[in-house]
Amino acid sequence: MEDIFEGIEPMVYQSRINIPYNWWAGDTASKFLLAIRDERKILGTKCDSCNRVFVPPRKTCPTCFTDNQEWVNVSDVGILEAFTVARRQLAALPGKVPICFGLIKLEGADTALLHYLGEVDPGDIKIGMRVQARFAEERQGKITDIAYFRPI
Amino acid sequence: MENAAIIGVGMTRIEANKIRDTFADLAWEAVNKALDDAGMNMDDIDNIVTTSNDFWDGRTISCMAVSDASGAYDKNVSCVEGDGTFGAFYGLIRILSGSYGTTLVTAHSKGSEGISSLITNATFDPIYERALGLDMITGCAMQAGAFMHRTGTTAEQLAMVSVKNHGNARHNPLAQLPMDLTIDDVLNSEMIADPLHKLDCSPVSDGCCAMIIANEERAFQYKRDPVWIKGVAFCSDTYFLGDRDLSQARSLTEAARKAFAMAGIGNPANDIDVMELYDAFTYQELMWLEAMGISADGQAGRDLEEGRFAIDGDLPVNPSGGLLSGHPVIAAGLIRIGEVVKQLRGEAGQYQVKGAQRGVAQGVNGRCGQSHCVWVLDKNK
Repeated sequence: MEDIFEGIEPMVYQSRINIPYNWWAGDTASKFLLAIRDERKILGTKCDSCNRVFVPPRKTCPTCFTDNQEWVNVSDVGILEAFTVARRQLAALPGKVPICFGLIKLEGADTALLHYLGEVDPGDIKIGMRVQARFAEERQGKITDIAYFRPI
Repeated sequence: MENAAIIGVGMTRIEANKIRDTFADLAWEAVNKALDDAGMNMDDIDNIVTTSNDFWDGRTISCMAVSDASGAYDKNVSCVEGDGTFGAFYGLIRILSGSYGTTLVTAHSKGSEGISSLITNATFDPIYERALGLDMITGCAMQAGAFMHRTGTTAEQLAMVSVKNHGNARHNPLAQLPMDLTIDDVLNSEMIADPLHKLDCSPVSDGCCAMIIANEERAFQYKRDPVWIKGVAFCSDTYFLGDRDLSQARSLTEAARKAFAMAGIGNPANDIDVMELYDAFTYQELMWLEAMGISADGQAGRDLEEGRFAIDGDLPVNPSGGLLSGHPVIAAGLIRIGEVVKQLRGEAGQYQVKGAQRGVAQGVNGRCGQSHCVWVLDKNK
């Protein structure tokens, strides 16, 4: 069957979706971020039913479907539960590779916080390492007010 | 569960860049193939479920890119955002509701048209996580490392999955990446994010799959012998990666338990003849096999080394080549189901698993295997 499109160059249309968003952080995230920005304190919320402390904090317990009413301070020190080192310059990365990501369970929390690892050679990172938050000098009420976690 | 069956399947080739095809062209091809396969025409289709993702397609209400080509005019058409196994699940329950006798399910994406890293970065929570710059690869790389740490699974065992699946793809004319690899080829390929090498990762692909599901009565009215749906279940874990033990796929264990129970499978390792699993990365095939109880915890790598999952092994896994050999997201899970259907009909040609009667397809939704959907299909009612 002859291809009626044979020899016709397929046109490619380039575009971009560029939509600014203003997301309301909510009461819970706001309190968490302000504590980091203003006091360099890390807070979690506790579920009355399962007694787990969630960091980052949640208004609703993801497993129990209850309100998390209680706020607790958690340590800025924790254990590295998982990590990776980005080696290829993937498009979403905000800086040059290598970039080290980790899930850190802070003392007092029952969930792990996703963040960067810094001041460490990528080859030296091990699951189970003790790490401590390094706060950014200039903080704006964002998750990057913690600059990274470093081994201690 | 009342009897329902798959009576038609159509798939496009999986390719890196289907530059000549729009989403609608892909759907037109897959849908017509499915109708021809079933010996049906569009009037025989009672309702339609499409599966797509707005971010991947770059348009909201992404269903509408394919609705005309899927025959949706004047019909009840709805879209599931997520993997094709979930779209098919919705299509099935529309039949089980009693309201419809046949459902056409489609699933598509063209990964070539966007930037997967930016798209999958958008799955991360905008307030707590997104700015960090993770994407599906770095997220799954963390899971791979955690799984290897907990179970002792090695880089070589991961590499073997790649060797097996790309090797199987040599016999699948629709696969994008048939390759003759060695373990060293995989280990020497570029490290993308520790511990995942390039050949541990599926490509980003274009493709579409269409499937026709029918209730028992309608299943016998057309051309094909029906392939029966004996068990389906889906289960979701928590969204935040840090809320779970990333090295365990708890929600898959639950979904598999339910689906196997529905299907009357007492001993999954023995009662199943073929599996098509969601191997977006090599480690996932091993992790999902353990979560489903096919291998003991931490032993899937060893079982793989012993040849258990090879195409001529006890329980062939991904004889089609799996996602490692071609990964159009969204369509991915529906293709898994479609490949099991081919096996049970004896139509898999050079990658046919001999005598396959009962098969399992599995799909994933969400980050790092948050949610899983497990299908058990049987040639026999």
